[in-house]
Amino acid sequence: MSEPLLDVRNLRVSFRTRGGTVDAVDGISFSVGAGEVVGLVGESGSGKSVSMLSVLGLIDNPNCVVEGEVLFKGQDLLTLDDKALRRIRGQEIAMIFQDPMTALTPVYTAGWHISEQIRAHEKVTKKAALDRAVQLLDAVGIPNAKERVNSYPHQFSGGMRQRVVIAMALSCNPSLLIADEPTTALDVTIQAQILELLRDLQTEFGSSIVLITHDMGVVSQMSDRVLVMYGGRLAEAGPRREVMRDPLHPYTWGLMGSIPPTDGTRVERLAAIPGLPINPSDPDRDRCLFSTRCSFASDACRPQPDLVAHVPGHLDACVLPYDQRPALRLEATTPTGVRR
Amino acid sequence: MTAPAEPATTTDTRPVLLEARSVVKHFPIRTSQGKQVVQAVDGVSLQVRQGETLGLVGESGCGKSTLGRCLVRLIDVTSGQVFFDGLDITTMSRRALRSQRTGFQMIFQDPYASLNPRRRALATVEEPMRTHGMGTDQEIHDRAMHLLEVVGFDASFADRYPHEFSGGQRQRLGIARALAVQPRLLIADEPVSALDVSIQAQVLNLLADLQRDQRLTYVFIAHDLAVVHHIADRIGVMYLGELVELGDSSPVYTAPAHPYTEALLSAIPVIDADAEKRDRIVLVGDLPSPIDKPTGCAFHPRCQYAQDICRREKPVLQPLVDGRQVACHFPLVPTAAAPAPRTTPAV
Amino acid sequence: MWRFAGKRALAAILVLFAISVLVFLIFFATPGVDPAARIAGRNASQETLAQVRQSFGLDQPIWVQYGVMMRHLFIDRDLTSFVNRGAEVIPQVTQAIPVTLSLVIGAAVIWVVLALVMGVAATAFRGTAIDPIIVVLGVIGVSLPVYWLGEVVNLITQSRLHDTIFAWVPPLGYAPLSDGFASWSLHLLFPWLTLAVLYAGIYARVLRSEMVGAMNEDYVRMARAKGIGEWRVLIRHALRTSLISVVSLFGLDFGALIGGAALLTEVVFGLQGIGKLTYDSLQNFDLPVILACVLYAAFFVVLANFIVDLLYAWLDPRVRNV
Repeated sequence: MSEPLLDVRNLRVSFRTRGGTVDAVDGISFSVGAGEVVGLVGESGSGKSVSMLSVLGLIDNPNCVVEGEVLFKGQDLLTLDDKALRRIRGQEIAMIFQDPMTALTPVYTAGWHISEQIRAHEKVTKKAALDRAVQLLDAVGIPNAKERVNSYPHQFSGGMRQRVVIAMALSCNPSLLIADEPTTALDVTIQAQILELLRDLQTEFGSSIVLITHDMGVVSQMSDRVLVMYGGRLAEAGPRREVMRDPLHPYTWGLMGSIPPTDGTRVERLAAIPGLPINPSDPDRDRCLFSTRCSFASDACRPQPDLVAHVPGHLDACVLPYDQRPALRLEATTPTGVRR
Repeated sequence: MTAPAEPATTTDTRPVLLEARSVVKHFPIRTSQGKQVVQAVDGVSLQVRQGETLGLVGESGCGKSTLGRCLVRLIDVTSGQVFFDGLDITTMSRRALRSQRTGFQMIFQDPYASLNPRRRALATVEEPMRTHGMGTDQEIHDRAMHLLEVVGFDASFADRYPHEFSGGQRQRLGIARALAVQPRLLIADEPVSALDVSIQAQVLNLLADLQRDQRLTYVFIAHDLAVVHHIADRIGVMYLGELVELGDSSPVYTAPAHPYTEALLSAIPVIDADAEKRDRIVLVGDLPSPIDKPTGCAFHPRCQYAQDICRREKPVLQPLVDGRQVACHFPLVPTAAAPAPRTTPAV
Repeated sequence: MWRFAGKRALAAILVLFAISVLVFLIFFATPGVDPAARIAGRNASQETLAQVRQSFGLDQPIWVQYGVMMRHLFIDRDLTSFVNRGAEVIPQVTQAIPVTLSLVIGAAVIWVVLALVMGVAATAFRGTAIDPIIVVLGVIGVSLPVYWLGEVVNLITQSRLHDTIFAWVPPLGYAPLSDGFASWSLHLLFPWLTLAVLYAGIYARVLRSEMVGAMNEDYVRMARAKGIGEWRVLIRHALRTSLISVVSLFGLDFGALIGGAALLTEVVFGLQGIGKLTYDSLQNFDLPVILACVLYAAFFVVLANFIVDLLYAWLDPRVRNV
């Protein structure tokens, strides 16, 4: 088994606030292999974005404490100084964000942005960098790349701007691309274009992708492996096919049940998860954080359940007996007539 | 452009509550190219029957939100008419309109922007009732408390400010406010788009329950076709200000007649365990702008089935064999034969 | 960009024309006021009045009067001040303008540089002690009234410490550039600093607040994710975008100062600029001088705003097509 490209061990990200410590990420461990697409799924407050931002040291908050190990090609990123980390950012690990409308400094052209990234890591002339920018814009499917390289961000549509951002991210051939909700702000037909682009580029360049999203459909379409996060912890992790076909954690059941069926059937009510997501500043954390909303919660949900692999490669953090899961899942996802 | 009225091939005998006839809304703007016009809504006709949910689906620039606002006369139409319960609300005086407004209400997309942050929850729900003088102070108070309960809040929430609510809770508060004047029609403009998936399901369930319990009629505007398919009885697909397909939910979703609907469906990422890289219909190019609409059929530049006629001639809504309407020269489902003078039951 | 400049230039000309008409009407068309009496000054003789009427065409229709006045002001430049016993007005104004321009432009350069340094430093070191220190310095600068600070500066440099540390400080007044750069700048050094201290404080605070906001924006996070160094992010991304809103503020202040708002500084330091000239003429109600001051000042204010508009468009490409 070759060494994984990215190996996150017991990552913990907490924020000191006036009301106490908030654990945004509470000890997650996972790895990303070369050429693999890992989908990180969760809702707001799950810690999915914060975890990947902390990998690159991009959290600009003095009250933030990051603990654990993040091994990239054997090196622990959390121990690197700013200069060394800068060499990794953009060149080895690239990150793209959700909102293409605000991702680029509005006063510089697309070509300037791409060229800035290239020249931050490689010793090339301005002209050479600009030529490469044109090639990259072409590769991501922007028509008239030669002219558009001199256009400003506001002169691109949302989908086109996201392509510019992708072109910029891939300009130095990073081995890992972290995409934080790259299509959430885009229309669904544009989303399909961007996802297809990412897939094609991934095949062509062989980079790994960590795809952060709240959309189970996107994860199902794009990833090789799926990680489901809740309350800063991993609820379930495994190969995409298995997680989608036989999800093991009640939260995953709830997520999938909350989505209207896409196969053409209509149900009268959705199997919604009752209640609200856990308040991140709630100090009572030595239990399963989902137990407050879970229909199968019991005293066994204390203390915090471990992440266990009942099937090799497919882990979940739930104490319910493994063999009862399919039946319980059916019960959970059959919508009841109960209000709320 | 006048579209034909709904074909008399439907067996739905419920009265028509809301009707739009050739509604057009253009916004004149000034750009670097001089004076131009945003053709936001370009001739839409539809009917909404009492008790049903009509879903309006489309992407950015399709005009669905603008149409929604025209339907409740939050903005004035450029031309066309909107009838609520038989009365033309587009030409009514402001005063007459005001008394009509208790019949229809709107729920908005952004739960953070649509509530007055300086008003407590109970006051937010009471306000519409006070505006229309619907009872004594005590009656209004009691009814507001009851509405908060109906949408799922207990009494302790009455005194809270919006910032103390989560996104989903705020949306529920907006629903309570909309229900305060006992409307018959609710226009919901992307009410769940800004919410997390699990909260989205809660709000959708609430809307379904309310419709059943209070006999409401909905116009549900969204960009998510799966959500619309779930909640709506009939779906209208919009593209660049026009209705391209209109019909019952299931046929529209399972056997789309318009190439755009087909592409929209295909683009939705589905949870499919065994899905290898499916062959999606990925549309080429950007969404064109409602300022500079293509000639002929608005969709032809991106349509994989486009022919010469599509560039020249704009298709009108025509009925299909199953009672749907589609605006396409080459619909994917057979059209009805020559328009029959007699009504035939919907398939 | 050129189309933008052209449109703005046309707008500027129209504004100037509108101002000239408006000012003219205020002085010459206010009902119940006899412009001849105003121009001639108090206790004018009948001959003076007749002379005024003839010279300004006050018996003619109003638009002719306007034309005559504009001719006097700009073409013949022979406008005379009756109050001041025939002193030519235009030369007074043209002599005062370089003084004000030197004062304001010099002070502007200094305050912009100071504000940039302070703003960038406060942002770079935000969260540490340096940030509040800089902000407090800025507040102190804003709080010191120019006339007080100026007098204190004079007290120190002209009298108390004049013989020792500040012997090199020339006496109060203006030395034209033609007399030598050294003498010109030395005369203006303390007026520059006094005026700049006030504005540097304001601009440092505005810039700092804009920049701190910018540092939380998505595009800054994106820039960091690219592997760009922190200083480059600060200057090339945050500062560059923050300058845009500072520039429009600058346009207002700069325009106002050139138009005569630097009056207090001019008075304290004995500089015969437009501000002082306007003030004096208002005291005497010397109408021709007031008129000339207002119009020449308006010209420079509109010019300053025009330049700032161009600067704004150069900084922010999103504005260029409007």
